Amino acid sequence: MTTELIQAPRGAGAPAAGAPAERRRVVGLACRNCGRPEPLGPAYVCPACLGPLEVAYDRDLVRATASREAIEARPAGLWRYLEFLPLDTPPARGLAVGSSPLVAADRRGRALGVERLWVKDDTRNPSLSFKDRAVAIAAATASEFGIDTLACASTGNLAGATAAAAAALGIPAYVFIPADLEPAKVDHALAYGATVVPIEGTYDDVNRLCLEVVDETGWGFVNVNLRPFYAEGSKTLAFEVAEGLGWRSPDVIVAPIASGALFTKVARGFAELADAGLIERRPIRFVGAQPAGCAPVATAWASGATVVEPVRAPDTFVRSLAIGNPADGRYALEVARSSGGSIESIDDTRTAAAIRELAALEGIFAETAGGVTIGAVEAARRRGVIRDGDEVVALVTGNGLKTPDARLLGIDPAAPARAGQPGLAPPIPPRLAAFEAWLEGASS
Amino acid sequence: MSEVRIPPVLRSATSGAKLVDAGGSTVREVIESLVGTYPALAPTLLDGDGGINHFVNVFLNGTDVRHLDGLETPVGERDSLVLLPAMAGGS
Ligand SMILES: Cc1ncc(COP(=O)(O)O)c(C=O)c1O
Ligand SMILES: [Zn+2]
Repeated sequence: MTTELIQAPRGAGAPAAGAPAERRRVVGLACRNCGRPEPLGPAYVCPACLGPLEVAYDRDLVRATASREAIEARPAGLWRYLEFLPLDTPPARGLAVGSSPLVAADRRGRALGVERLWVKDDTRNPSLSFKDRAVAIAAATASEFGIDTLACASTGNLAGATAAAAAALGIPAYVFIPADLEPAKVDHALAYGATVVPIEGTYDDVNRLCLEVVDETGWGFVNVNLRPFYAEGSKTLAFEVAEGLGWRSPDVIVAPIASGALFTKVARGFAELADAGLIERRPIRFVGAQPAGCAPVATAWASGATVVEPVRAPDTFVRSLAIGNPADGRYALEVARSSGGSIESIDDTRTAAAIRELAALEGIFAETAGGVTIGAVEAARRRGVIRDGDEVVALVTGNGLKTPDARLLGIDPAAPARAGQPGLAPPIPPRLAAFEAWLEGASS
Repeated sequence: MSEVRIPPVLRSATSGAKLVDAGGSTVREVIESLVGTYPALAPTLLDGDGGINHFVNVFLNGTDVRHLDGLETPVGERDSLVLLPAMAGGS
């Protein structure tokens, strides 16, 4: 496997002019619920109220040091946004994550009645999903804390991302997955040399077990005891979208929701850029996307509830989003409501069609979460949350090769191919006459 | 008596004990008896409204009690309860 040495951005880590040398951007952790400060470390839960801990920054220092020019002068990759990330300097070792393309998806957009549709193509990351962003931050912080084993509870994509990051660091990884996960995702994690631990149960069972395991092992579970750092990684999607649009925000962001970390942190990312004066503060409507067979946040949104009722038995082929009890569900709900967005629930057959259409119209092959997201663009347009003339960015977060069969749902893969139409031709003898005979027969 | 697993973040209230026994025939009664024995648990574990802090999930033999009868779920002698912080896990 290739690992890249990532260069330290110029000027990174140097104290801002006028700031005392010991002043640090990352001041510690703080409870999102009650605000109580906690020291920096592998911790995720507030001892006072049991709310979630988040990274706390010295906002004045961030504002004083972050600039468009400094960011633009740095190499590609997510560390170019260092001022907004919980490390003083980029790690010496790690995968080349981020700086994925923002693609003008005009053909797909027109078919959906969305004139200005962009796709953030995060199918292209080292392990082929946006999870590389979250894990890059978690792994780098783990190294700083002296943690020598990485682990995760995964719906699939995190398994590959954690395994790849651990391989790049030369440390072991244990990835816990539901035992009936898609084979491509299991093989992917195994290829990086991780130990894969299949658990008989749903993702929520896996997650519960990992909460107990983390207490006993001291391992760095990227999405449990390293969760405050892990979650920060998703902000870089917002930073890249803003920079890609010429330092501004779109009218609407459409993003998938499993635990809700990505959705809430993308919203946070735009807010932090505005706080730091790097973009103008404009309202953004946030549209979430969930599969109909596991849509606890969409259900709460539709019913007006403030509490997210867990789904006990997810029933969807969108395994990457099959979390019945989303940790950040309540916060995701708040983001959608307060921004005038929505949370859409998409049927699996619609998701499969959206995967096919995105691939055929834009050349982007997405895994199931991407299909749900494109389905949600359509649903939000129909609902009127996306309006005439809006500029919309859809976050396509995983690669179709991870769920190769998903696109087939609802179509007959055995239907005979016709020339000029999509499909698999029958085997043809290696003679021009045979090919011509097929082409003629198939076109008539 | 059923067995209750206390997460590390609450163990300062149980003098470090990880597994403790508590009586009661429903989840609510077990939690009440637990808080009776370890009053220091009350401010974090309870919500002050007769319910449980929504940042805590309660599992009975591995099943989230919200999928059962919530706090009224019957608890047997040999059952085990696990208390876990709700805000964790990603995907
Ligand atoms: C491809 C993909 N997109 C989106 C998500 C949702 O992420 P979150 O759990 O942060 O909501 C996941 C989670 O596994 C994923 O694999
Ligand atoms: Zn708190």
